[in-house]
Amino acid sequence: MSVLGRRLMFLGPLGLLGIGGVGAFTLLKRMAEGDFDPRGVPSVLIDKPVPAFTLSAQPGQEGFGAGDLGAPGRPVLVNFFASWCLPCVAEAAQLLALQQRGVALWGIAYKDRDADTARFLKQHGNPFARIGQDMDGKAALEFGVYGVPETYLVDKTGVVRWRWVGALTDALVARALDPLLKQYS
Amino acid sequence: MIRVFFLLLALSGPAFGVSDPGEMLADPAQEMRARALGQQLRCLVCQNNSVEESEAGFARDLRRVIRERVKAGDDDSQVMAWMTARYGEFVRLNPAFSFHTLLLWGSPVLALLAGGGAALLSRRRRVAAPAPLSDAERVAVGKLTEP
Repeated sequence: MSVLGRRLMFLGPLGLLGIGGVGAFTLLKRMAEGDFDPRGVPSVLIDKPVPAFTLSAQPGQEGFGAGDLGAPGRPVLVNFFASWCLPCVAEAAQLLALQQRGVALWGIAYKDRDADTARFLKQHGNPFARIGQDMDGKAALEFGVYGVPETYLVDKTGVVRWRWVGALTDALVARALDPLLKQYS
Repeated sequence: MIRVFFLLLALSGPAFGVSDPGEMLADPAQEMRARALGQQLRCLVCQNNSVEESEAGFARDLRRVIRERVKAGDDDSQVMAWMTARYGEFVRLNPAFSFHTLLLWGSPVLALLAGGGAALLSRRRRVAAPAPLSDAERVAVGKLTEP
């Protein structure tokens, strides 16, 4: 075997191993920062108009329905949450930070009782401009929700642009959400 | 006695997630169809259970939808279309053959081609048989292998 052949035999696999290692490291890092979910299922709603759904309003709050999201005039983050959901507690501060930066947030309380939702919002802060209730989970089915929290970015023309299943983290907001908010504002 | 046991065993069928009889449709034929549909749908929360087997709240919601659609007179493909329109092709445990599942269904063929190609190449590259041992080497080997 020639010298070149020998070098290739050594460096080829080593290079592949290196590439694989960097790839695995990147994935693990992004999983730890919460901006990659290996079990995530892509949403079929992306680049499609918001589905038809109805909600009842959370008492004391302004509610909304599909008609209000049809052409909201500015990008809206629609967040499915519940008082019984732990990752929702984890992302509460992130949602408040987004609201303070002027992002419109509309909440959908998923399979949650009025009083429990109210207590949750009192305890962890209320980042939502409007809150609808989805007691039986039917609106969630229309969106293709399979676990709370889920967040959808609806652009100003009422088209769904992005969906995330799980809590919003700093890394995720910086990498995925901010560029989209800029693009669609 | 043993016959009764086997009869009961045959009637019992596999265990389903539908533990609440209130979920079931009154019409047995419709209920059977709903079950068959539920077994073809993935519970996205547990991912490798079917909707019919899972006790997750999500699976229960989908079971309810299936039964509502079946009761309303939807045929099987309409129920499946309702599901894939909201949850994508991934919700089907047995995805349909289409352009974006081409790689999935084609992968056995691709694997066979790759393996066959590799086997052919390695055959062609096979090194010539080593030269026969010289007399001195034969003697050395004979000494080493002496009992």
